[in-house]
Amino acid sequence: MASIDAKATTQEVEGEPPDRSGVQLPVWDSGSAPGSDVHGAQDENSPPLVPLQALDELWFQVSGTVCNLRCHHCFISCSPENHSFWFMTREQVARALDASESLGVKEYYFTGGEPFMNREMEGILEDTLRRGPATVLTNATLIPERRARALARLRDGSRYSLELRVSLDGIDPEMNDAIRGEGAFHRCMEGVENLVTHGFLPIITCMRSWPEEKTDAMLASFRTLLAEVGYHRARIKILPPLLLGEEARRSRGYEETERVTHEMLHGFDMGELLCSRARLVSAQGVHACPILLDAPSARLEDSLEEAVGRPAALAEQACFTCYMSGSICSNAPAGGGWESQ
Amino acid sequence: MKSEGASEAAQPRAPGEGELPGYTRVAAFGGVYSNHLALAEAVADARRRGAESLLCLGDLGAFGPSPDRVFPILRDEGVDVIRGNYDDSIARGLDDCQCGYTDPADNHYARISYRYTFRNTSQENREWMGRLPSHRRFRLGELEVLACHGSPRQVNEFLWESTTPDHFLEKLAREHGCDVILGTHTGLHWSREFAPGKWYVNAGALGRPANDGRTTVTYPFLQARDRDLEVEFVPVAYDHEALAEEMRREELPEEFVETILTGWWTTCLEVLPGKERARGRW
Repeated sequence: MASIDAKATTQEVEGEPPDRSGVQLPVWDSGSAPGSDVHGAQDENSPPLVPLQALDELWFQVSGTVCNLRCHHCFISCSPENHSFWFMTREQVARALDASESLGVKEYYFTGGEPFMNREMEGILEDTLRRGPATVLTNATLIPERRARALARLRDGSRYSLELRVSLDGIDPEMNDAIRGEGAFHRCMEGVENLVTHGFLPIITCMRSWPEEKTDAMLASFRTLLAEVGYHRARIKILPPLLLGEEARRSRGYEETERVTHEMLHGFDMGELLCSRARLVSAQGVHACPILLDAPSARLEDSLEEAVGRPAALAEQACFTCYMSGSICSNAPAGGGWESQ
Repeated sequence: MKSEGASEAAQPRAPGEGELPGYTRVAAFGGVYSNHLALAEAVADARRRGAESLLCLGDLGAFGPSPDRVFPILRDEGVDVIRGNYDDSIARGLDDCQCGYTDPADNHYARISYRYTFRNTSQENREWMGRLPSHRRFRLGELEVLACHGSPRQVNEFLWESTTPDHFLEKLAREHGCDVILGTHTGLHWSREFAPGKWYVNAGALGRPANDGRTTVTYPFLQARDRDLEVEFVPVAYDHEALAEEMRREELPEEFVETILTGWWTTCLEVLPGKERARGRW
């Protein structure tokens, strides 16, 4: 991992431009952020608070914790038997979509579990794409040709983008299925091929389970693999592991020192954190972050309208990964907080 | 035109603030990316059409050759210029262009472009860019226009056609107090009347083609009809082969030259949403 200081500045350029001493992007110091007390200070003994700057992203836990796979790295331990969060109905989603319009939401994301386990998923996407762009985070094992065709129809019927984000964690069955379960690799590749055949350019996301220095070689291998199913201009996103749930058992949990402290936020751009511009809606309420679905500290309110007034607390150790890596959950980088309100 | 604070998001005008300059025909230029040949053609075209004001929305450098060549054109022709994220980076000597790429290939080309542009921009021009306003306001007929680089709230925010909902634009117009939002940053032009009497116009770019397989570049010509707005996206043909030659002489990447000669983007594709990406070749 990079040093903690690495997030506070933009990327280094060797040699030139010269003389950057003291030059940094203007940043939002948490000490003067809205949500702190009238003197701009937060209680140092409580977790740091992140106010919502704008509700740019609205996430839906649309299939709860129900998934057709049992991945060994799942940060909320989803499986066919995990019913702790249940499916959202089309009506529940539509209510939040209605509320989202007056809040000026920019993008909609759907996650789970496996979103296509929700039988109303296509209808939910139809409702969403009337209002704005939609992204579905899927394992692609439930995308037969018929579904890919239906999704293409929804995409072509909307002025907004429909993105499919496909989780694939290895370049062959041996590597992928060790994490995602037997047979997952071939079923996923079939789903990817069906999507590509119907004109999609799915974003392939892969949790980095190898040393960082091997990333370039792994990216090249992924490109070769995807080209074999006709995907020649693959969009690939490598994600850092989140040391929660099953992944904590598979590799390791967070060290006690891996927490976000008040001190770490001095000079840090809060716009890098997803909780400064997103909320997650589940069948059971509104949460600060899609990673922290089952963390009580991250459950904010019953309704979206109430939840937008509540800051997020950086109380969980997973917040450390977001702090170090930026908003890994969004499709595109946030672009930093320069000049953001 | 009225300029605003150098590094703050655009605030709504307070009651009683002075009159804004008013026009009926305005030409707006998106990212120039050092394409001085296209800029000169676009300025001439806009003058022929009777533009009363020429406005450049920033990102003067990047991608193309000899960045200092665009500045005399902008000054001599009286173009009102807004500071883009690239201009801000070059002016302040930041480490990168603030486009926020994470893809290794995109970063590779962005770094080449940034280092070249930084090295070849004079100190005088850097300082000039540092003094540019981040926003401008003016009247077009009866409409109040807020011109910015990325969005009224963030200089490097991408507003793509396929990922920008109407209600989001309504919020921006409401919070920043305007009828028309005029921006660039994406390099792809588009416009939409997102609510009755409210428009968003993305000027696209003069610096490179619109990833459509054509070698022309584009700028919007805006005409007021009382409270109505007419937006015409004008294709500008210029000597793109001469530009390609200049780029090769400056040893800029052949991938950049290919874009100028074919009309297809070859780099910095990571940030494109699926719909826009699918329309291109790469």
